[in-house]
Amino acid sequence: MANIMISQDNGGSLLFYLPKKDLEERIVSLEFTGPEKWGGELQLANGQSYFIDPLERTPKLPMSFRARRLGGAED
Amino acid sequence: MATLSKEEAAALIQEVLEVYPEKAQKDRAKHLAVNDQEKTTKCVTSNRKSLPGVMTIRGCAYAGSKGVVWGPIKDMIHISHGPVGCGQYSRAGRRNYYVGHTGVDTFGDMNFTSDFQEKDIVFGGDKKLAKLINEIDGLFPLARGISVQSECPIGLIGDDIEAVSKKGAAELSKPIVPVRCEGFRGVSQSLGHHIANDAIRDWVFEREGGGTAFESSPYDVTIIGDYNIGGDAWSSRILLEEMGLRVIAQWSGDGTLAEMENTPKAKLNLLHCYRSMNYISRHMEEKYGIPWVEYNFFGPTKIAESLRAIAAFFDDHIKEGAERVIAKYQPLVDAVIAKYRPRLEGKRVMLYVGGLRPRHVIGSYEDLGMDVVGTGYEFGHNDDYDRTVPEMGNATLLYDDVTGFEFEEFVKRVKPDMIGSGVKEKYIFQKMGVPFRQMHSWDYSGPYHGYDGFAIFARDMDMTLNNPCWKNLTPPWLKPVEEEQRAIA
Ligand code: SF4
Repeated sequence: MANIMISQDNGGSLLFYLPKKDLEERIVSLEFTGPEKWGGELQLANGQSYFIDPLERTPKLPMSFRARRLGGAED
Repeated sequence: MATLSKEEAAALIQEVLEVYPEKAQKDRAKHLAVNDQEKTTKCVTSNRKSLPGVMTIRGCAYAGSKGVVWGPIKDMIHISHGPVGCGQYSRAGRRNYYVGHTGVDTFGDMNFTSDFQEKDIVFGGDKKLAKLINEIDGLFPLARGISVQSECPIGLIGDDIEAVSKKGAAELSKPIVPVRCEGFRGVSQSLGHHIANDAIRDWVFEREGGGTAFESSPYDVTIIGDYNIGGDAWSSRILLEEMGLRVIAQWSGDGTLAEMENTPKAKLNLLHCYRSMNYISRHMEEKYGIPWVEYNFFGPTKIAESLRAIAAFFDDHIKEGAERVIAKYQPLVDAVIAKYRPRLEGKRVMLYVGGLRPRHVIGSYEDLGMDVVGTGYEFGHNDDYDRTVPEMGNATLLYDDVTGFEFEEFVKRVKPDMIGSGVKEKYIFQKMGVPFRQMHSWDYSGPYHGYDGFAIFARDMDMTLNNPCWKNLTPPWLKPVEEEQRAIA
């Protein structure tokens, strides 16, 4: 499990930030995008994917989450 | 020499790599690339441990925290906790300007150290630190707070600086901030920035009784990640103030503890050095809902773009202010460009710096008609390179954590008209006959930010590049041969 932060850039697309590794990446897909359920599996532009426990509403970004790494390309 | 084509640049990288043993070759290959704006995949690997056996130009986490982030906070005393050398050899080297009476209410270019001896390593240095804190309070009662910047041994011998700091803070009722920035943490100074940011978050923002008695206004902004090198933050600040904003904090050049404490009350955080202070900006965005925007005050094109981008967060009053500022300085810009562009047009520059400069200063050079043909970061990360690729022309070189050997070889082949890098590279290249500017502390010049800074930047570049000394590097008895060669080439 790692602490991550999800925020939104000016264009409205989601950004993923992993402070521990100082990794900033675009999120290319998110499993649930609300309004009742938000989160789940997320796919990064670099091929990695993470999982965050889905929330019951769309969160106010930026927000920190606990995320689990789901395989994917090793860097 | 003519500009390299994409293939030539790639071949050059291959050629340079050839001297390494196989494993090193594989490792270094990931850090070097030819810029290609269309390519969407990652081209440069960064923020990795430097290769043993090569000459790297990086610093340590202590340098990132004490030297960069904390050091310039002028009304606090920063103890270099550990042996004397780390602090003494880096003392005042960054030229973070500030106003105040040094040794009375400001302490910017002084060096405070616990001067560890063998017995401190054996028996621990916590007692010494406690004593030091009391001594500082007696000698410098106007210091607003103290930070404890750990050097390598502190982490190795397991001292509990947090406990000492807490106790001392309670006794003196001043903030005492322990920073775990031992030099061995991370692969470069970059982790030191991060650790320092986290220390501000935990020990400054979270401190009870900090940051009260402050009336905010709708136009409050902060300058984050400007270290006031040669006065950079000052020449940036006046532009923001002229457009109607109120700058309530400077992080950290010419900054104070109170300014840091008040920052969570800002309306917008303006982030210049993304690398060293994005962490705290993100934190403030999440915790206090303060948006942040990256800006670039190098060169008129980028300044105008940035002023407009900043103004877009505010009402028409500020938007008009931005236009007014841009218009006001236009004659100055025109005069600078008219004077220097003809002298610098078409000259090619290679950069190798840290933080924000490998991409931020490109605009300044382009405004003077110069081309940046190679750039790289000492301690950049992925996101820095993502931001750099669109700024650089195609077929230019990108090099991460470049080694002394690679840099020299690149220069020999690319033959830039000028190099901008650090003091360790300066004399090598000057002896090779290449005009050089030290772009960390502006070669004892500056400021380079803002419109006023641009005028100085242009003058400095001209002064360096067109200096008559470069013609005299060849001794007279070798001259004619050299000229013949030039005729052939
Ligand atoms: S690596 Fe350690 S010993 Fe060297 S300067 Fe940094 S803190 Fe000091």
